[in-house]
Amino acid sequence: MTQEKRLAGKLVLPGDVLDSDVQGERPFVVEEGGVKRATVIGLVREGEGGKKSFVRLKGVYVPKPGDVVIGMISGVGVMNWFVDINSPYTAVLNVQDFLGRPYNPAYDDMSVLLRIGDYIKARVVAFDRTRNPLLTVQGKDLGRITSGVVVEIAPSKIPRVIGRKRSMITMLEEKTGCSFFIAVNGRIHVECPSREMEAVAVIAIKYIEQEAHTAGLTERVMRLIEEEKSIREVS
Amino acid sequence: MVVKKPEGLVLITPEGLRHDGRRPDELRPIKMEVGIFKNADGSAMVEYGKTRVIAAVYGPREPIQKFPLLPDKATLRVRYHMAPFSTEERKNPAPSRREIELSKVIREALEPIVLTEEYPRTVIDIFLEVIQADGGTRTAAVTAASLALADAGVPMRALVGGVAVGKVDGVLVVDIDETEDMYGEADLPVAAAPDIGLVTLLQLNGVMTREEFSRALDMALTAISKIVEMEKRTLRSGYVEAGGSEL
Amino acid sequence: MSISPFRPPITPLIVKENYLAMLGKGVRPDNRDLKTPRLIEIKTGVVEKAEGSALVKLGDTQVMAGVKIDVGAPFKDTPDQGVLMVHAEFVPLASPLFEPGPPDENAIELARIVDRSLREVNAVDLGSLVIRKGEKVWTLWVDIYVLDHNGNLYDASMLASMAALLDARLPDFEELETGEIVVKRGVRGEPLKITTKVVTVTIAKIGRYLIVDPNLEEESIADVKLVVAVDEKGRIVGMQKSGAGGLTHAEIEAALDLAREASTVYFKALEEAIAGRRG
Repeated sequence: MTQEKRLAGKLVLPGDVLDSDVQGERPFVVEEGGVKRATVIGLVREGEGGKKSFVRLKGVYVPKPGDVVIGMISGVGVMNWFVDINSPYTAVLNVQDFLGRPYNPAYDDMSVLLRIGDYIKARVVAFDRTRNPLLTVQGKDLGRITSGVVVEIAPSKIPRVIGRKRSMITMLEEKTGCSFFIAVNGRIHVECPSREMEAVAVIAIKYIEQEAHTAGLTERVMRLIEEEKSIREVS
Repeated sequence: MVVKKPEGLVLITPEGLRHDGRRPDELRPIKMEVGIFKNADGSAMVEYGKTRVIAAVYGPREPIQKFPLLPDKATLRVRYHMAPFSTEERKNPAPSRREIELSKVIREALEPIVLTEEYPRTVIDIFLEVIQADGGTRTAAVTAASLALADAGVPMRALVGGVAVGKVDGVLVVDIDETEDMYGEADLPVAAAPDIGLVTLLQLNGVMTREEFSRALDMALTAISKIVEMEKRTLRSGYVEAGGSEL
Repeated sequence: MSISPFRPPITPLIVKENYLAMLGKGVRPDNRDLKTPRLIEIKTGVVEKAEGSALVKLGDTQVMAGVKIDVGAPFKDTPDQGVLMVHAEFVPLASPLFEPGPPDENAIELARIVDRSLREVNAVDLGSLVIRKGEKVWTLWVDIYVLDHNGNLYDASMLASMAALLDARLPDFEELETGEIVVKRGVRGEPLKITTKVVTVTIAKIGRYLIVDPNLEEESIADVKLVVAVDEKGRIVGMQKSGAGGLTHAEIEAALDLAREASTVYFKALEEAIAGRRG
């Protein structure tokens, strides 16, 4: 099986010079003295119309305003929660935002509203690296997660779970019948019709993470799902 | 310091070979591995002959115990430490003056390489443990740190590697071992990033003429280019093994 | 563990820009060219109770060094040599940045640079410090005391240490029948046998310019420093890159030439300071 696997692009290492037409974001691609270089291990992939882009295979998640993340409540402040968003920066969620109305300590008990260890879906409202990122849960599909599972993978592998033009995620949904909420910070909320199918979905996601650098991945994941389904006798 | 050479020890043979049979410009057998630990964000092991160093990188992250962080860049914390069993006589595990200095020198060899400005108010921890010491531990430690940083996905301008050049019985030799370090006249540890032409660690313990120094530095940089090539092969091999041939 | 320094004094960005503009013209704000050290003043014999001592002013930087000499046992692997120990203290009175406490990595690095520069070339002939081989030798303690930190502690500390060693005299002693050595403090005996004088020359890199003997402001904007130890024959007897930056091969070569040239200034200052005190 290993022999037929190819890399999904040209492997580049920190310090490697990239062609000037390769698209990539700082800090994973930097230009110093007119030379473009990769700063982390990644792939140069060719897309439609020969457009080349750098895809990193490593590294932590750094929040950007607008990002939708899955966070875990890790602490309680005076008027806010601290939220672990799988990043070097702990996020903050204000209690008024969660309630959608002013907070009154006389009858609102923060420790009941959200508990340490609760998962939430939230959007990053503001972050400039000088202060901790600020979250909001006001919005469609945001808020506390009450069912299903949250799978954690390397944030750098998230694009592969989505796939080009959502090819991977569409296939995952069709083959498993589960719903997948994919957050850029490396966490995926999975809700499935059954426990067995949930296990299949989790195995598939972990496989994608491990094989993110290889080509022809969608095909192989599809086969894996079929195999796992027959082992578990689910359909 | 002049330490008397033991009777019968020949550092350079009449044929111009070294006490372990190497040519002056020959490296010891070098071994590298990455991703050796599960917990660390990045890890590596590097062997130069009998010298063995392991490296683990954590971060960028929030420090567990709060301390003043830099507002405009990540704080690098580097610990170079020798295991008590790494040396001939047991090494006291408390940090020695030498280890404190080398931790600083290695940190300053890595700071110009890591894009610290991208992660303000975070810390990047680099822990280096010398498991066995047989000369060239600080330079092997830089090489191990380079691999572990790449493994962790910490953005870096280029890979760095290190090697020590020595002067032994008047002859310049690359990648000195403990015997050559102890009885030689000079030790020139160097670390550099060949891809961007930057020397980031440079020390000289010993005496060299101006001309000797230039030759020694040339030798070191040539050897470092080879070492960084090995780093690249090591980092690639992880993907080729797991993912088949490259496009 | 070494931690990226948390630097309280922030140099205004404009200062660096101004420097770069001036350096381009070959001058510095304190009226020096790029390759000349600051004014040097060396006084020896400044502490009567020390066997050797010196106070060095390098511009506004002040460093004192004292040499204390004791009888001790030699190291096992060098039974026919005396012992040399170098220590540095960044005394809190010397800078708003210094705090009381054991020597930090900067003080340790400084002491070890001075130590290696002296040791590798056997500047003090350690073989001449044996009283009874394998049993009793002289131990030299060189203690560097930084009094006013205005940049380039390396060169000032090396000058102070060298001057104090040149100033030092072995104390008189008496050997008892039991074999015990009794040191007679205050009775100055023979001077130490110095095989060569050693100085360090520190080169700082600011942008693409290399400058000799940086002052505090220059250090605060420097990308990196290279400390080069030079003996009287112009040989390189030690080196240390210091600071979180790098140098190109060409910059290192250029720095060495600058260092060797500037070393003559330091040697001359040492020469003048000790004229008449030895012999």
